Amino acid sequence: MTFEKIQAIIVDQLDKEEEEVQLTTNFREDLEADSLDLFQIINDIEDEFDIKIESEEGLNTVQDIVTFVEVELAKK
Amino acid sequence: MQAKIINTGSYVPNKIVSNKDLETIMDTSDEWIKTRTGIENRRISETENTSVLCGKAALDILEKSTITADKVDLIIVATMSPDYLSPSTACLVQDYIGASKSMAFDVSAACSGFIYALSVAEKMLSSGKFHYALVLGGEVMSKIVDWDDRGTAVLFGDGAGGVLLESTSSQGSFIAEDIHSDGSRGLALTTGALPVSNPYSQNEKNSSDIHLKMEGRAIFDFAIRSVPNSIKAVVETAGIDLSDIERIIPHQANSRIIQAIAKKLKRPFEQFALNISDYGNTSAASIPILLDELVSSGDLVLGTGKKIILTGFGGGLTWGSILIRI
Repeated sequence: MTFEKIQAIIVDQLDKEEEEVQLTTNFREDLEADSLDLFQIINDIEDEFDIKIESEEGLNTVQDIVTFVEVELAKK
Repeated sequence: MQAKIINTGSYVPNKIVSNKDLETIMDTSDEWIKTRTGIENRRISETENTSVLCGKAALDILEKSTITADKVDLIIVATMSPDYLSPSTACLVQDYIGASKSMAFDVSAACSGFIYALSVAEKMLSSGKFHYALVLGGEVMSKIVDWDDRGTAVLFGDGAGGVLLESTSSQGSFIAEDIHSDGSRGLALTTGALPVSNPYSQNEKNSSDIHLKMEGRAIFDFAIRSVPNSIKAVVETAGIDLSDIERIIPHQANSRIIQAIAKKLKRPFEQFALNISDYGNTSAASIPILLDELVSSGDLVLGTGKKIILTGFGGGLTWGSILIRI
């Protein structure tokens, strides 16, 4: 469920198809997202899951974000 | 009494500096700047300081109106790059245009400065104690940016703009406002640090630092969260819909921020006026320069009663929107 929600946010922000956004997808290399795109995606994810993502460092793939969000949700 | 906007005006320095020009003095690229900010050119002052830019904008406003400088009894300048800490930029403008009967002072609210100044002027004119107010936003950002920091130096430009307000017993221009500050996040965007320094102080001597410092993501995040809420607040207060708004005139910080704001509000990007490609981020000057451009081009016609929203956000942190009947 976490993945689907994150996938939907990325699809919406970057105007991509769902098939293009998989767990192994790299934001910069596969989706040509720049830092501001990533800021917007993080912003939407923070709102969606009501969590805080202090730094975008280390968040390179969709899997990185899914893992981060799941760890944060487990702390709640 | 109510306050009414009767004229607009602006002035920018002649020197145009393109992204290509910047490529020759720092490690940056036209492509990088354009895709991340929407900026292509900016005006840079070679000699004129903030008070001169504001003074020339004020003269531009007065020349378009029947009101002479001696009738102006209030001058408020919004700036984060004043000529001096004292005298205020507004006092220098008063002298420059010969408005000797005016009360003149500066407002410090960074990129939201014009919104703050307009809000203050509206209250003062509504009191009936003032008749004509010049509200100006002016900046020489080029003297406070760190030209060794390519992350911020490419973003800013110089210029000034403003409006002339009249106190009237008939219908005024101001319908609703929503203005905020959050000092707890103030250090995300700073300039002109003046630490305690004297023969008895414990601090390192001469540690003042004029340069602008900005936490990019924190400001981006702040803008795209706060501005949509502020825009929604003024239309709700006015009891109208966002689709009733002719144009939204946002502070020109970054076209990507404005795109993100449009997306959050689910409004077409075209509803937002944009001229950042020509001027960069001129802080407190960006909204009045853009407003004057729209009025001068005939896109907006004063007196038609159409509704617009001015919205600013920046250091302080400060942000706010004003819903206006033009």
